[in-house]
Amino acid sequence: MAMSGTKTGSAILALIALATMLAGLAMVGFYAPVEAEQGVVQKIFYFHVPLAWNGFIGFTLVFVFSFIFLVTRSRKWDIRAHAAAEVGVLFTTLVLVTGPIWAKPIWGIWWTWDARLTLTLVLWLIYVAYLMLRHYVDSPDKRATLSAVVGIVGFIDVPLVYFAIRWWRTQHPQPVIAGGEGSGLDPRMAATLWVCLAAFTALYLYLYRRRVMLEETRDEVDDLHRRFDERGHKTQGAA
Amino acid sequence: MLKTMAAILWKDLKIELRTKESMSAAFVFSVLVLVIFNFALDLDTAQARRLGAGFFWVAFAFGGTLALNRSFAIEKESGCTRALMLAPVDRSGIYTGKFLANVIFLVATQVLILPLFAVFFDVPVGNRLGTLLLVFVLGAVGFSSVGTLFSAIAANTRMRELMLPVLLLPVTIPVLLAAVETTSYALGVTDDASFWFKLLVVYDVVFVTVGHLVFEYVLEE
Repeated sequence: MAMSGTKTGSAILALIALATMLAGLAMVGFYAPVEAEQGVVQKIFYFHVPLAWNGFIGFTLVFVFSFIFLVTRSRKWDIRAHAAAEVGVLFTTLVLVTGPIWAKPIWGIWWTWDARLTLTLVLWLIYVAYLMLRHYVDSPDKRATLSAVVGIVGFIDVPLVYFAIRWWRTQHPQPVIAGGEGSGLDPRMAATLWVCLAAFTALYLYLYRRRVMLEETRDEVDDLHRRFDERGHKTQGAA
Repeated sequence: MLKTMAAILWKDLKIELRTKESMSAAFVFSVLVLVIFNFALDLDTAQARRLGAGFFWVAFAFGGTLALNRSFAIEKESGCTRALMLAPVDRSGIYTGKFLANVIFLVATQVLILPLFAVFFDVPVGNRLGTLLLVFVLGAVGFSSVGTLFSAIAANTRMRELMLPVLLLPVTIPVLLAAVETTSYALGVTDDASFWFKLLVVYDVVFVTVGHLVFEYVLEE
């Protein structure tokens, strides 16, 4: 069975995630300088940004896997799309939680309908709906096909949502995001961000893998149940 | 394909003319939302005029979802989904027929709400009536393109009435935004809405195409 191979893979991923996460935490606490204007609060940025990137990549994976599913009709890709969406929603939820914690002391408000925030919220809503749909369809084949269609339609919608919100927001003043990507970031801050990015990517991959394995184990158990029932019927028939 | 489309469209129009279920549900619910907004917000005339377009589209989005839900619920309830699947016809013809029927129902609902909206919110709807009707059609096409597809999806779920709005509303946010802005323009509240007209057209083209391409997957056992 390929099980032992995937187990080793998961263990390695878990180790990488743990090591980089500890290193990242240490760097956030002791290595990266405290931002001059924002103070300690800015440090949430090292968690917020990697979570957001991975969340968005997760939704892209949902699209890719949904598409491959519709072409190949293999349960394998349905499981993968489901896992990618679930971990993506988890990460995006954390993005939506960490964002306001930072925004309140810096902007003075928990939330503003700025383009990036609004897009993240809409994405979250679309993929929560995707997961709800999966929950409310009973037949596994139907669930796979229908959710793949939503996974594709939802993703195609993203650029349109983005342009709509951006244009809608340009009529209003926008808060400036200090310490944004690239420009003028202290090299120690950049290094910390990279380590944290590696940590959260490894965490994403680890959770995603475990989720896929869980679903595969479920399938296997269902299969065993079915075979057991069939055998039961046979012996009953013979008796 | 055209023949299939015409047959489905004709069938849906006939059912609606006889039962008037979809449109009366959409109409009554939309009017209710408008009335509730008035109670909840107690707007003065100037505010009502400025914000009217937003209320109109929120009311329509909620009411329209009910009509879209009926689109495939009636097929499911009478066991006709299977007949549609067995029919040796092009699936995209079925989609187009359903889609056009929904566009007609939605635009008709909007036209029915319009006089009440004009009275409640005291907005000058007659100034750019042609533009306003164009916005109605473009908005209804946007809602219906995704709505027809998602209605077929929701009909397969345990929580049909819940699933359609939960799926549809986030995805139609661009239509809603663009429709509100273009309606504001048609009502003379804003001066320029060329970006929003373009966005509406782009959304309509993208999702009518996507709907055509993926509908065959939705209608299978």
